[in-house]
Amino acid sequence: MQYAILCYHDEKVTCAWSKEHDDAVMAKLGAVTEKLERAGKLGPVARLLPTTAATTLRKDRVPPLVIDGPFAETKEQLLGFYIVDCASLEEVIEIAKDLGEANPGGAYEIRPVGVFFPGKLAS
Amino acid sequence: MTEAGWISSILTAARPHAVAALLRHFRDLDLAEEAFQEACLRALKTWPTNGPPRDAAAWLIMVGRNVAIDTVRRRSRLQLLPPEELISDLTDAEAAVAERIDEADYRDDILRLLFICCHPDLPAPQQIALALRIVSGLSVPQIARAFLVSEAAMEQRITRAKSRIAAANVPFETPGAAERFERIAAVAAMIYLVFNEGYTTSVAEHGARAALCEDAIRLSRLLLGLFPTEPEIMALAALLLLQHARAPARFDSQGRAMLLEDQDRTMWDRRLIGEGLALIDKAVRHGRPGPYQVQAAIAALHARASRAEDTDWTEIDLLYGTLERMQPSPIVSLNRAIAVAKVRGPADALAMIEPLASKLGGYFYFHGARGAFLRQLGRNEEARVAFDRAIALANTPAEAAHIREQLDRLAGGAAL
Repeated sequence: MQYAILCYHDEKVTCAWSKEHDDAVMAKLGAVTEKLERAGKLGPVARLLPTTAATTLRKDRVPPLVIDGPFAETKEQLLGFYIVDCASLEEVIEIAKDLGEANPGGAYEIRPVGVFFPGKLAS
Repeated sequence: MTEAGWISSILTAARPHAVAALLRHFRDLDLAEEAFQEACLRALKTWPTNGPPRDAAAWLIMVGRNVAIDTVRRRSRLQLLPPEELISDLTDAEAAVAERIDEADYRDDILRLLFICCHPDLPAPQQIALALRIVSGLSVPQIARAFLVSEAAMEQRITRAKSRIAAANVPFETPGAAERFERIAAVAAMIYLVFNEGYTTSVAEHGARAALCEDAIRLSRLLLGLFPTEPEIMALAALLLLQHARAPARFDSQGRAMLLEDQDRTMWDRRLIGEGLALIDKAVRHGRPGPYQVQAAIAALHARASRAEDTDWTEIDLLYGTLERMQPSPIVSLNRAIAVAKVRGPADALAMIEPLASKLGGYFYFHGARGAFLRQLGRNEEARVAFDRAIALANTPAEAAHIREQLDRLAGGAAL
């Protein structure tokens, strides 16, 4: 069984870290994930950039609505995610619209990825 | 992470919210600051055993209020009872923590706090010093180091700024829509000043001053968090992120300033660039252009070019043209000339900047750019005169060293 571990923290606090502090945290996490990687247990890892850079596509209406900011509805739950490689936000929104057409209802939160490791899990 | 480490991160993060709320409560900057400091001391005492509260800002506000009420009591011993509105606020801090305060509740408080720091009565250096002290919580010695002045001088600058603020009588009512917008614009300009103060640096003083850039970025994210749909604020954050991303490549190992086109672009910070590009893309979608968006769009074109020769100078020229119309300034025209030199050649660029001589005659970059155009046109004698003038006006040793290199190239070329 594969598991996703979702990371939550107060962004105001993590954004208040100095670069040295941030690097130290990443290095410590790296030591943990390295072991997992050697054991073949690690899939993709992504660190998302701050929610101030987020855009949300509400796909519970036609046409879907693009709004600034992160997704913040507590009555809906995180059910999965895609990682896509795009040249612009415009392109990501188009992809999200296509996905939303295939599966209307709810929303997609679009967040730029800061750190990404593809991982080595066999699918 | 050490205990003091995690607590200090939480305190730094909660600071603008807590100080802003305490300021509204006490209507006195010194008292608000003092109350916050005292609350922080209590946090350092109780959090290690009790763990941090769920809402750190709310905890600090409640504790800070109670502490400062004691101070007010001590100060007004002649008064038998403290004013009633202060007594009625003596609630149990932990009980209040249970109810998380919404970000929006802080919005006008934080905006007011930021606005106080950039009040039009304050000259720019006082604005920056006050913002770094009050909002970012940098110590006076830290700020003094960044400004390269003595601690006593910095202390005096901050004290003077505070007394001007007290005299200016900033209103504490919720601002109207028009006033709020004016405040946002003034705060954005102040944040950009803080950033530039850190960006104008030579490698020797890089450490202390780079911290100013990071603080400005933090302030811009704070402002954007409060006004998440303002395209100009998105663009301000984008502009700072995209410029700061280049910091690791701005000086070579000998501490010489590297021109944008000579920088090792693999050293640029991809994470900051990613965030900046997402923000400017978001801003542009609103279709309400403004000067920060144009500047961020220019920075984005540099960031998207993986090699200097891939830079889209035609687009940059157009964007500077737009900026000239929005915000006419000889500095903008000078920057545009750099793009014009790439697109249409140095003769056109030189013709464009010659009329600026009367306004920019005392400006380092003007003579540096003029010298470079003249050299490209083979007018070496005139180029040498321009470069000499630039060296005399250089603000940092790195700037002077860069021009000297140009002179060396000139000498080398002439010898051939």
